[in-house]
Amino acid sequence: MLHRVLAALIGAALATPALAADVHGGGTDAMFGGGPVSTLGGVLVLLSLLFATVGCGLGFFAGYRKDPQLYRWAQSAAYGFSASMIGANLLMVYALINHDFSVRYVAEVGSRSTPLYFTIVSLWASLNGSILFWGGILGIYTAGVTWHLGNKHREYAPYVLHVQLGIAIFFAFLVASIANPFAPVFPVPPDGPGPNPLLQNHWLMAVHPPMLYLGYVGMSVPFSMICASLLAGRLEAGWMAPVRRWMLIPWSFLSVGIVLGGWWSYAVLGWGGAWAWDPVENASFHPWLTGTAFVHSAMVLERRGRLRDWTLLLGMSTFLLTLVGTFMTRSGVFNSVHSFTQSDIGPVFLVFIGITLTYSLLLLTFRAHKLDEAAALTDARLGAKAKKSTSVFSRETAILIQNGLFGAFTFTVLIGTLWPLIVEAVEGRRISVGEPYFDKWALPIGLGIVFMMGVGPMLPWGRQNADKALKRALPAAAFGILVAGGFAAAGFQGPISVLTLFVTGFAFWANANEILDPARKRMSTHSEGLGTALRKVLLRGRRRFGGHVAHYGVLMAVFALALTKGYRVEQDFPVEKGQTVQFQGFDIRFDGAEMVQEPHRSALVSTFEVSKDGSLIGTKVPRMNFYKTQREPIYTPDVHSRPWGDLYFSIISVPGDGSSAVVRLIWQPFQVWLWLSAPMVFLGTLICLWPERRRASASSAASAPAAAGQVAPGSAK
Amino acid sequence: MTDAMKKRLLAVGAIVVAAGALGWVSMSDLGDNLVYYWSPTELMENQAKAKGAIVRLGGMVVEGTFEWDAEAQTATFDITDGGKTIHVNSKGNPPQMFREGIGVVVEGELDGNQVFQTEKIMVKHSNEYEAPEGEMRVEDMYKTLANGEES
Repeated sequence: MLHRVLAALIGAALATPALAADVHGGGTDAMFGGGPVSTLGGVLVLLSLLFATVGCGLGFFAGYRKDPQLYRWAQSAAYGFSASMIGANLLMVYALINHDFSVRYVAEVGSRSTPLYFTIVSLWASLNGSILFWGGILGIYTAGVTWHLGNKHREYAPYVLHVQLGIAIFFAFLVASIANPFAPVFPVPPDGPGPNPLLQNHWLMAVHPPMLYLGYVGMSVPFSMICASLLAGRLEAGWMAPVRRWMLIPWSFLSVGIVLGGWWSYAVLGWGGAWAWDPVENASFHPWLTGTAFVHSAMVLERRGRLRDWTLLLGMSTFLLTLVGTFMTRSGVFNSVHSFTQSDIGPVFLVFIGITLTYSLLLLTFRAHKLDEAAALTDARLGAKAKKSTSVFSRETAILIQNGLFGAFTFTVLIGTLWPLIVEAVEGRRISVGEPYFDKWALPIGLGIVFMMGVGPMLPWGRQNADKALKRALPAAAFGILVAGGFAAAGFQGPISVLTLFVTGFAFWANANEILDPARKRMSTHSEGLGTALRKVLLRGRRRFGGHVAHYGVLMAVFALALTKGYRVEQDFPVEKGQTVQFQGFDIRFDGAEMVQEPHRSALVSTFEVSKDGSLIGTKVPRMNFYKTQREPIYTPDVHSRPWGDLYFSIISVPGDGSSAVVRLIWQPFQVWLWLSAPMVFLGTLICLWPERRRASASSAASAPAAAGQVAPGSAK
Repeated sequence: MTDAMKKRLLAVGAIVVAAGALGWVSMSDLGDNLVYYWSPTELMENQAKAKGAIVRLGGMVVEGTFEWDAEAQTATFDITDGGKTIHVNSKGNPPQMFREGIGVVVEGELDGNQVFQTEKIMVKHSNEYEAPEGEMRVEDMYKTLANGEES
């Protein structure tokens, strides 16, 4: 019986790429003709598709029949997929470096004059390469989760491989068929056009896309783990902990990727802003919102057994939203720097989104009751002890409110993002939704979230009486007033920034207190010094401490947004060579502009000397880069950056021979804190994920069964 | 119906009601914040709708109509799609590639005197190289124009 299933699966795997190659128009020749790289690339991609298909089937039967031998085979298939997909990526990099223009993708984005650095980065500079890169990252994650699960969690692990490799089938299929980057080119062109100028203009392009991919693709792992839970019909707290960890990893990459995207926009596009509620920006924001909500509600599920179905739904939505985001950025439905070309990948993606959505809903509908039964059994075994009472003043209530706010945030942004698509489909009109809509919703919801970021850590799990809660809130509120008052005295007096700074200060204190308070207690009870006490507190509660650090990262971003948004000063100056203009207390002298030739571009470089109070503090060289493939120059601003503000130089035009120019000067207070929020969030996540020592994990295992009994049916509260 | 099912039904019901309410409020909010992509002809046809709304107007800069007032830092020019022509008043310096005869998108609103007031001029910005001017149909021109936003 098993042999027949295997044979059928292998047959299907072999049939699919052949079909796909037909779609491509060239029969199997399109896959295997051409140079050695095309051939080897085609083989690797087909192998990855084969491994994914076989492993997906094996994983399911290994789980269903609880067969260890089948599970070992499924593991091998997973590693096989990862190896062949990562191999295909390395091969493409090799082809790019060697300017092998017989490979279609290299012919599309390669160029002999592009610097090596940007040549490697070209792997994700265009549609087909980016899908291949996507597959490669999926390979890394698949290998990672396969290795991590190993022989643990045997009830779930086979199903995880089943779902994970099911997703892999789709991406391997895409790479093998409509997005095949290895297709041969004949006759072989002598040179290529090089990557999109906007992408080779700044080093951030080497970092922002991989971070986002690591974020997007990694969301497949918690999705697979949640599906596995439903397929297995069980969910223990001991399983929720790894699911949450696997969500935290891509979540932190996504956070960093979003901030870096904003930084790139700031550093390259010349308008001095980081975020414009552009559909492709929102596309990355949706899964971040639901992922953040999940990271919190998963704690409630793990510790208190509440919010189960809601948490599962959040985790599944997060992956679905990354697919929607990929669809939005890659299909060309929205026009931006992210959509490379009108391609036929959109409909295929829509079908995959449809399948994933249906699969998720079916699992939730028909398998969630199995979790109830499992929970009831544990309940009976543990008896009344498992029933923990909860008051309104508890951390789980705070997280429930926070989840509601995140849900509302996702919902409003999603509607605003998809609305133009709906209008165009129904009425054929082209519209877009203006920034005021998003700002209007983001402000109250965002303030609510920051406020809850302070309230949550203040409240313990379970019970708290109102008096005690109030006692802890008062100093935090006082600190908030101090911060808001201090900045108001320094001139930042707008009501929105005052309110934002107040809640930021409030949350800052609340989170700091959670670290300092236990340390103070240790100092008196164990008579330790502050340093020792702090270190011990951190080591004992690494997960909690990491959470506070991540909160600080978010608070830094909110702080920066509160002050950059309303207090930016912008002015255009027409200047002559040698002329000095005054702006925000700076004296800025224009020293002329000249044309500079570089291998892959020419640049019009303007030079400005910046001085303050008579002393020279810097030379800034905003430029306009001209690429041979593009008529329009790319503006490349320059920034004089200090913790209290950025002085931003953007050249608007250089009308004549370089002896005059129009420069836009922007003063952006506290901008740099927005960029610093990314490493802070990343550090916080790293602290959370750092493996704990033996003793700590033993104690958490002891508390696990108690929580496991609590997977209560009333899930949404 | 078991207790658990009742509770779940209640929870689902609450979420649906909350989502519905939120959806309704934000939908009505959307209508006030739409940005329309129009050609001069479409803008003139939809003047009632355009009142107070933000419009992205796309078309060609008519030759010989560009004037720059260095004192006030304002530029004026006409935009046409072959049918209607609209006078544009722009604050600030136009971008480097701004010329007469090229396609642009301007964002702003139509004032009471049928003059389009803008502070934001976007020159057609394409990722692929194309021959600059030519015999392009205005309709197609507009399509590519409207795609040429930044970011």
